[in-house]
Amino acid sequence: MTDLNQLERDLLSQVEGAGDEAALEAVRVSALGKKGSVSELLKTLGSMTPEERKERGPLINGLRDKVQTAIAAKKETLAEAALEARLSAERIDVTLPVPEASEARGRIHPISQVIEELTAIFADMGFSVAEGPDIETDYLNFTALNFPEGHPAREMHDTFFLAPDEKGERKVLRTHTSPVQVRTMTSQKPPIRVIIPGRTYRHDSDQTHTPMFHQVEGLVIDKSANIAHMKWILEEFCKAFFEVDQVKMRFRPSFFPFTEPSAEVDIQCSRKGGEIRFGEGNDWLEILGCGMVHPNVLRNCGLDPDEYQGFAWGMGIDRIAMLKYGMPDLRPFFEADVRWLNHYGFRPLDIPSLVSGLTA
Amino acid sequence: MKFTLSWLKDHLDTTAPLDEIVETLTRIGLEVEGVEDKAKTLAPYTVAHVISAEQHPNADRLRVCMVDTGADKPIQVVCGAPNARTGMKSVFAPPGTYIPGKNITLGVGTIRGVESAGMLCSAAELEISDDHDGIIDLPEDAPVGQAYAAYAGLDDPVIEINLTPNRPDCTSIHGIARDLAAAGLGTLKGDAVPAVQGQGACPVSVTLDFAPGDEKLCPTFALRLVRGVKNGPSPEWMQRRLLTIGLRPINALVDITNYITFDRGRPLHVFDLKKVKGNLTVRRAKDGEEVLALDGRTYTLDSGTVVIADESGVESIAGIMGGEHSGSDEGTTDVLIESALWDPLNIAQTGRKHGIITDARYRFERGVDPAFTLPGLDLATKMVIDLCGGEASEAVVAGQVPDTSRVIEFPWSEVPRLSGLDVKPAESEEILRKLGFRVEGSGERVNVTPPSWRPDIEGKADLVEEVIRIAGVDRIEPQPLPRLEAVVAKPILTLIQKRTRLARRALAVRGLVEAVTWSFISRQEAELFGGGDERLVLANPIAAELSDMRPSLLPGLLKAAQRNADRGFGDVALFEVGQTFASGEPEGQSIKAAAVRRGTARTEGVGRHWDGGAQSVDSFDAKADVLALLAALGIPAGGLQIVPGGPAWFHPGRSGTLQFGPRNMVGAFGEVHPKILKALDLKGPLVAFELNLDALPPPKAKPTKMKPKLSLPEFQPLTRDFAFVVGRDVAAGDIVKAAQGAERQLIVGVDVFDVYEGTGIDPDKKSVAIAVTLQPTEKTLTDVEIDAVSSRIVAEVSKKTGAVLRS
Repeated sequence: MTDLNQLERDLLSQVEGAGDEAALEAVRVSALGKKGSVSELLKTLGSMTPEERKERGPLINGLRDKVQTAIAAKKETLAEAALEARLSAERIDVTLPVPEASEARGRIHPISQVIEELTAIFADMGFSVAEGPDIETDYLNFTALNFPEGHPAREMHDTFFLAPDEKGERKVLRTHTSPVQVRTMTSQKPPIRVIIPGRTYRHDSDQTHTPMFHQVEGLVIDKSANIAHMKWILEEFCKAFFEVDQVKMRFRPSFFPFTEPSAEVDIQCSRKGGEIRFGEGNDWLEILGCGMVHPNVLRNCGLDPDEYQGFAWGMGIDRIAMLKYGMPDLRPFFEADVRWLNHYGFRPLDIPSLVSGLTA
Repeated sequence: MKFTLSWLKDHLDTTAPLDEIVETLTRIGLEVEGVEDKAKTLAPYTVAHVISAEQHPNADRLRVCMVDTGADKPIQVVCGAPNARTGMKSVFAPPGTYIPGKNITLGVGTIRGVESAGMLCSAAELEISDDHDGIIDLPEDAPVGQAYAAYAGLDDPVIEINLTPNRPDCTSIHGIARDLAAAGLGTLKGDAVPAVQGQGACPVSVTLDFAPGDEKLCPTFALRLVRGVKNGPSPEWMQRRLLTIGLRPINALVDITNYITFDRGRPLHVFDLKKVKGNLTVRRAKDGEEVLALDGRTYTLDSGTVVIADESGVESIAGIMGGEHSGSDEGTTDVLIESALWDPLNIAQTGRKHGIITDARYRFERGVDPAFTLPGLDLATKMVIDLCGGEASEAVVAGQVPDTSRVIEFPWSEVPRLSGLDVKPAESEEILRKLGFRVEGSGERVNVTPPSWRPDIEGKADLVEEVIRIAGVDRIEPQPLPRLEAVVAKPILTLIQKRTRLARRALAVRGLVEAVTWSFISRQEAELFGGGDERLVLANPIAAELSDMRPSLLPGLLKAAQRNADRGFGDVALFEVGQTFASGEPEGQSIKAAAVRRGTARTEGVGRHWDGGAQSVDSFDAKADVLALLAALGIPAGGLQIVPGGPAWFHPGRSGTLQFGPRNMVGAFGEVHPKILKALDLKGPLVAFELNLDALPPPKAKPTKMKPKLSLPEFQPLTRDFAFVVGRDVAAGDIVKAAQGAERQLIVGVDVFDVYEGTGIDPDKKSVAIAVTLQPTEKTLTDVEIDAVSSRIVAEVSKKTGAVLRS
């Protein structure tokens, strides 16, 4: 008995004293290995009498279990210590910078962003997007739209002309997106509901004008669309676009060759500290032109103005972008200065939608 | 168009206050640009008496004045004006007054030790003239304490409207009054002009000398002589009105014509009979003919211009400006008054050609009321006689006043049909009548005759506009536009619209910044980038370097990158998705996407980094961009070929062309050609790609949205590496293709993981190492089978590329 107790104390103290996994292994071999002290004791069980075995067996097996458990526990402790030591040696400086993500550097130009915003709003109101070429015929840009011969817009100082072609026809850079109205009305049957965003050109370059700019045009043609509908569409659009609950709009009778009656639309706003806010204030800001499609234009598109009717409107995309996002000047839109683009541009995944909101 | 409130009230009997008039004008389509109400802005300024003006004790140039402003006690004011003197009358501003000419608000101050409680003002400080030589010196009888604006007659508010080109009738104050009366703001006054009974024939005759077909250039020309006038300054009330709207008074005869131009929208001209030689002829000018006009400039004319000539030559540019030679002056005693009609189109063209802007042109190019030609002459005659005396001759009239009357058949239902506002026929009719339209008939359809002063009214829609602009567009309640189809909206974007949007996002995610550059570029740039087509050259570019429609987005982007570099931002990555032009036809326009990267602007990071040096952009950055774009657009890579070499603007050895077969090249990428850098004054490194989105294959139409069945192999894939030594010119792509071809079923991937040139390899060779992935589908491969596949790979690569397995 004494020697078993002694052996147990010895072995457990050796286990406890093992400084690393190798030392622990040596203890295990010395105790539980083939020739280990405990193994040797276990071997003696075979030659014992049943009575002896009955008495000694549990003791020796008990010793083996205790030692095994102690070794396993020690092994766990040592492994933890080793991991601890490794981890304390493994350190990085997490304050070192990683390269700025490409997603953080990329930008979408405000014009593209605003076109997507417009599209989201008008798509919800049942409009599709029509497009047309930048280089237009004089007929589609002017004549079909009821511009009389000799109208000042048809002059070289207002409109860009291309060199005459073989037939002597002088094409123009479209001065508005309205020729696409004609293209749409002559290529599809009413009911028509389209918006037409695109590049437009006028022979103008100063502080507030650029020779190239962007417009969006809207066109509704059916057998009943009237000014009341037009007012509704434009008010709903302005609320959605400027992301305000209320807008106050003023429809001023005006004149355009391709609409009759025509109106210019002002939107009420306040200007405080260089910031424009819609839905409040006492200032009026002109934002678009609109009207009922002129009977001559309908006729030019093969539609009977006594049967079909509808309205159209047009506004500057660059301008409404400036009003919404506060760019003070137009010219930098086309200068590709990365400082401006970084500031006024939109992040790559700021995708406008009515589901998540037009702006983040 | 400018006018004053009192002048308006000559034509409109109204009690409406200024604010209501202004609001109404804008509401009915006569947009008010501005109102200048001096009675309001100059309200604090009063007439004051300088009781004493004494030398300031501490300043040579200042005087200390005691000023009687009509208040109980005199006020002490320090004044620096040289003309300040005891006993004078001037204009006083108390503390708290805003001084427009100085942009300050007065306070009580101490000037060099003397208190000053107000200011005596110069005309410049009140912004009523440029005179800043001294304080305003008023006559002795000026009443102390009276508001200065009222005393000086400056209290007539000036209204300026922004007139749309379709409203010639509102180039006259009378016409504006008519609109306001129709809108319910009062009653129109003084419509009819009594006819003048002249004595004796006009001694000068008029010939309209036009070729057949040209008669429209001058349908009517009326002339009358007034003999024995006394010309001189016009009366003060007339001068003041003219001055207030920005016209310089000349003499009574000229001022009368200007006055009637604004009052009635009827431009007139006066000739001094003495200076007219013989009779007048109205004709096209002869090419090269000259005239010294009233603005002091000599104009060289051509046959596009209509003139009034006498026997010695051109006396006047018709409808635009009179000539200096025959103009009236203080010595004029016999005056010829002209009232004529001109062709609006011709006047507009002539005015533009010569760059002359006058009040006459402004009216004639919009269309002057033909029916008022003779009444206009009579009105002018009467005013001349009233103001200058004299005796009128009979009028001589050449040509005929054209009959412009036309009848529009108008169903009243047209108003609600187009406007959505249920205006009752009675109201519509009243509006039209007040505007001068004749309405005949009764019931649902009537006949409407527009007045002679409304050439813009063509048809029913115009009448609807008249009714609703006066009735009030604000009365129209917004009404929801019914949806065409119920429930969920359908997708609306076309394929190219979707691709354009996706392209922008995909490129921005790669760290590229979207630019929008001009659609026009210089001739040189167009030619360098495959353009220069004569059909795409602008006849009238805004600037020489913006002359050609761009064949490519790259010149604009490259130059933009350089501009950024010049500002200190050399590491830029820009892209644009936009239109390019191959011809003037719609089919010649295509949407491209392009990007440039400069310096170290790589997707992975920009500039120097602690984990590695600054790596310059190279062609593979551009290649990665374009392939990422194709992947984002969902273009299957299967058919895409990448062929060495690109268009002339790329480095021939460091560029590639993207194509779907040899006939369908869709884009290119690479390093920008050194010659381009030189020609456009750019500094590299610059790499770029351009992809024609319109040329990309459309997705295959499928009957359902079902994806193909997923089959997952049971067996693990395995990879074998091979290193080949090949000639330096052999394309890695060919090695990959050959390896893939060795065992089409089994080989599912081939990657190049090492390319090496240098020690241990012949100088004209390189080592290319590939990793081939095998995917068994039926059973695990045995070593023997793997060896057999490996041998086939080596044999195939050797056969196709001359490669030798590296030992």
